[in-house]
Amino acid sequence: MAIVKVCGLETEYGIVVRGVDSNPVTASSLLINSYLADLSSVGFDVESERPGADARGRELSWEPDPDVDSLLVNAMLTNGARYYVDHAHPEMSIPEVADAREAVVWDAAGDAIVRRSMELANRVLPDGAEVIIHRNNSDGKGNSYGCHENYLVDRGVPFGLVVRGITPHFVTRQVFAGAGKVGSERPGRTTDEVGYQITQRADFFEEPVGLETTVKRPIVNTRDEPHCDPERYRRLHVIVGDANMSEVATFLKVASTAIVLAMIEDDAMPANTELADPVADIRRVSHDPSLRATVEMADGRRVRAIEVQWELLAAATSWAQRHGFDAVGGEEVGALALREWEQVLTGLDTDPERVADVVDWVAKRRLVEAYAARHDLRPGSARLRAIDMQYHDLRPQRCLAARAGLRRITTDDEVRAAMTEPPGSTRAYFRGRCLSIFGDAVVAANWDSMVFDVGSGPLRRVPMNEPLRGTESMVGNVIDSSSSAGELLRRIAG
Amino acid sequence: MSESMHEQRRSSSQDEATEVEPPESTRAEELRDELDELLDEIDEVLETNAEEFVRSYVQKGGE
Repeated sequence: MAIVKVCGLETEYGIVVRGVDSNPVTASSLLINSYLADLSSVGFDVESERPGADARGRELSWEPDPDVDSLLVNAMLTNGARYYVDHAHPEMSIPEVADAREAVVWDAAGDAIVRRSMELANRVLPDGAEVIIHRNNSDGKGNSYGCHENYLVDRGVPFGLVVRGITPHFVTRQVFAGAGKVGSERPGRTTDEVGYQITQRADFFEEPVGLETTVKRPIVNTRDEPHCDPERYRRLHVIVGDANMSEVATFLKVASTAIVLAMIEDDAMPANTELADPVADIRRVSHDPSLRATVEMADGRRVRAIEVQWELLAAATSWAQRHGFDAVGGEEVGALALREWEQVLTGLDTDPERVADVVDWVAKRRLVEAYAARHDLRPGSARLRAIDMQYHDLRPQRCLAARAGLRRITTDDEVRAAMTEPPGSTRAYFRGRCLSIFGDAVVAANWDSMVFDVGSGPLRRVPMNEPLRGTESMVGNVIDSSSSAGELLRRIAG
Repeated sequence: MSESMHEQRRSSSQDEATEVEPPESTRAEELRDELDELLDEIDEVLETNAEEFVRSYVQKGGE
């Protein structure tokens, strides 16, 4: 039986500051520290390392500070997310969630937190200066940064089976999950040849399987760091995707991947979906928005990417009839996933314009092509690249995705709540609620443990090796009815 | 995208569509009008120095 596909998303945002000299590390620190300072001013606790936050009274600054640069900001929030500086980008890791719909809600909450951080950081900057955040994956000049996904996988399934089963999905899911890009960053492939492509990221993948994430990027990443019981689980760390602006695209990307992984665990994969040369295929598919490009199967057949997706969907449908949707969030979410999956493939197969309200690369292409026609612009011109970039701009007054007519599946209220509240469905509930209620006593909050100082005796470490323990139904009452961290720890130990 | 377009999309994808589909030519005109409005809006919100912004936009690699 497939295990529940607990999952998460990690988004690295593009960042620039206009109007003052700054570097991306300092700017990212300012962005996040501005948000954390505002939280504590309204009584929210976070568990954080905030280098530079209290030293010498220079809490918030855009000026490069060597101390700050060497010690990066890193905070756990009361919604169970981690908000931090990674390399030279602000990054949001949403809390662990139990299904794809929850992933979309906390992902949207992550964006809302980053937007709020922008507003707050701009108050610290001099007049006329501003920090600008893009939810994209490339600067158009050969530098890429990721939107990673994580899925809980049964350690008992040989990793080779996971690789074999998931690779065809990673190569072909881009037809609905690609975020679109003007031009090519593939050495030797000019924009004259590739005026527009399906993904932000396909140009950067060079290996079928590997450990790297910043060079020689692999389609399947082998990082083995489960952040939970390593005897029972793997965390499949997925680096091959784009950051989507479309909520439905994020939903489909996560839901379809969770379903395929559950099918692998249940030995329900269709036969003969293996690809002969996935690295060449992932680029060929991305570089052909007409969707006519074919991939070569290991058995010699040549089929279009979308046909591989139809095969996976057919297998998923019969898998669900036999096994139900327990592993992917239950009947409602699972049925919605299959319905959306079928609708998007039907739309792409007949007239992609029909799914311009769901598929980012289609929505973006519509803007790019219409704008090029109106202003008589060449493919790949700087103004078309600007439209590409501004599609991902998180400033509400500039964001083009917000104007493109994308269908939403979240409500403003649930997203606002998810900025401070954890999901009830995973251990993130315990982490977030403890930070919320007993934040003063929390010494350290990690994915798989928390450390408390209850005022007397040694520090107390609470291991959280099971992602599905510490949920609202398991610990909600005991947290709410404990008057101190000490009492809570006594009660959960007993 | 306006509500009307959402409505059209939805009804055309339903099996038991109860609304009468507008003739193709009307729909195409509506789509064109709507895209025109969107392009006007893009002209308004696009960065004034869009080309320069794109040229100077450099990120460090991440992950």
